[in-house]
Amino acid sequence: MAEPILEVRDLVKHFPLTQGVLLKKQIGAVKAVDGVSFDLLRGETLGIVGESGCGKSTLAKVLMNLERATSGQVLYKGEDISRLSGRALKAVRRNIQMVFQDPYTSLNPRMTVGDIIGEPFEIHPEVAPKGDRRRAVQDLLDVVGLNPEYINRYPHQFSGGQRQRIGIARGLALRPEVIIADEPVSALDVSVQAQVVNLLEKLQDEFELSYMFIAHDLSIVRHISDRVGVMYLGKMVEIGTDTQIYDHPTHPYTQALLSAVPVPDPEAREGRERIILQGDVPSPANPPSGCRFRTRCWKAQEKCAQEVPLLAVPQVLSGPAAHDSACHFAEEKDVVGAA
Amino acid sequence: MTTTTEKSVNPQAGKAGTPLLEVRDLHVEFRTRDGVAKAVNGVNYSVSAGETLAVLGESGSGKSVTAQAIMGILDSPPGFVTQGQINFQGRDLLKLSEKERRRIRGAKMAMIFQDALSSLNPVLTVGYQLGEMFRVHQGMSRKDAKAKAIELMDRVRIPAARERVNDYPHQFSGGMRQRIMIAMALALEPDLIIADEPTTALDVTVQAQVMDLLAELQREYHMGLILITHDLGVVADVADKIAVMYAGRIVETAPVHELYKQPAHPYTRGLLDSIPRLDQKGQELYAIKGLPPNLLRIPSGCAFNPRCPMAQDVCRTDIPVLHPVTDSRGSACHFWKETLDG
Repeated sequence: MAEPILEVRDLVKHFPLTQGVLLKKQIGAVKAVDGVSFDLLRGETLGIVGESGCGKSTLAKVLMNLERATSGQVLYKGEDISRLSGRALKAVRRNIQMVFQDPYTSLNPRMTVGDIIGEPFEIHPEVAPKGDRRRAVQDLLDVVGLNPEYINRYPHQFSGGQRQRIGIARGLALRPEVIIADEPVSALDVSVQAQVVNLLEKLQDEFELSYMFIAHDLSIVRHISDRVGVMYLGKMVEIGTDTQIYDHPTHPYTQALLSAVPVPDPEAREGRERIILQGDVPSPANPPSGCRFRTRCWKAQEKCAQEVPLLAVPQVLSGPAAHDSACHFAEEKDVVGAA
Repeated sequence: MTTTTEKSVNPQAGKAGTPLLEVRDLHVEFRTRDGVAKAVNGVNYSVSAGETLAVLGESGSGKSVTAQAIMGILDSPPGFVTQGQINFQGRDLLKLSEKERRRIRGAKMAMIFQDALSSLNPVLTVGYQLGEMFRVHQGMSRKDAKAKAIELMDRVRIPAARERVNDYPHQFSGGMRQRIMIAMALALEPDLIIADEPTTALDVTVQAQVMDLLAELQREYHMGLILITHDLGVVADVADKIAVMYAGRIVETAPVHELYKQPAHPYTRGLLDSIPRLDQKGQELYAIKGLPPNLLRIPSGCAFNPRCPMAQDVCRTDIPVLHPVTDSRGSACHFWKETLDG
């Protein structure tokens, strides 16, 4: 097994809810990320899936140190980076870069593509000396499949897919080891999505990158990921290799999520068993006691309201079903129907 | 297989009676500062009562503009219907006055939009907005309209409808708001519903709930449903037949099972090949090269030719007509036979 490059330990991010104008009184907290632990291994792609409000984007921001963790640790090569600031933080950030979801708002419309991709070099001049920058930017454009002559164009002159390539080039500029991609293809058309996914895979081989790939599209996550983590309401509920999660899911939420994905095959319409969950995701400001999924779970019993299930390999399971799952009543169920 | 290219494709063949809605040779253009954008260039499709037609396409393919033209809610200017017919229950909607169309809209045909939050008025309660349908179209009293609104909310399974009827849109979750949109569309029991990306903004588990509800209500009221989407998965789940649009034209139309099994247009085949599937982990994804065309400068000949792996000289000069592949399906490709054979 490859060594971990990022180790996340019991990470918590609460956003305080306050009342009053002058004397702000804290009346609660939105528990966006509430005790999440996992490893990102060198050279792998870890997919993170979950519905809106599950905390997956907050997790990305905390890992990038764009938001301060409330508690817990993020170890990068063994060093805790969650408390760093100033120069030390800047040095670490060079190695962890981010690609954002919306290629329309994440690029400054008044800057040329050359300035956008070259901006990381302003902050880290040691990577590319001043005279070499233009050359370095053109190389990056070439790497992501854009014409190097476009260096003086503005973002509005590009399509969505091309803009996402610009965002990826900016993420690559400092030769990072880890790229955190938050929904990098959700804003793109189907025919263009495949192009960007292929590009990300090519770059991973070329630059030995480790990806954390956050998305809500389960099919794309399976395609690109070596391991997959499923989040629900601030907690990691199940994590394992792509085969373990997709072919041998043991957590009821994972099973429901997988069965809800529309399969692009009308022949599968009749044969599939759909688990339709009742209700909506509860508010993260006031999550249910015990297991957070219990309010929508068909297996829930009294134990689920009292004890928080831990993310561990359930003892009753064996074979590929034996992977981390945070459910008191974990059992395997094949919902995708893969032969 | 017949080779009579003159015969026009009628996806309705074999079904009794005339279709509920028939769009014929519809052209829509937008006159903008930068030039004329030809958004819809000769679209034909039809829907019968109780049938679900999926209109599939990427952004800019003209799928939503066609729907807006049918509903009569096209922004005009800059949008203009330049040619064509929209026959609905025996009348050409394009020949009706605005007053007559307004009477049809809501009562006979209704639309569900993608973004429920921006489609609902944030300063009015949902009960008021639902009741408005009855007050305006049927002259009901406030009290009766409110009772009707509660009934509708129950119908689309909003829990505690009686208590929530006086809530404002922001107090509902995304899935619940989309249910309210569905309730509003259903209020006057229309014969046709157009749903424009009804579940795109929703999470997968909620998406499944909403699609299920929509399909159930459609069966119950025996409505025609036009489902506009870019999601091949959603289409496979609910549609009876499908029309694939590209650059303002229908490039392929077929019953849903046949299309997924054996596409007859290279664009459809490219789309199907480019989606990663849950039950099939492949290696590199197939990607359609290039970008969707700019509607101000649609390529000559077949609009798909710059991206098509099968393009020949004829594709750059001649616009392909919708060739009949079988009685019920058509493909606008010069090489549909080769595509069909794989």
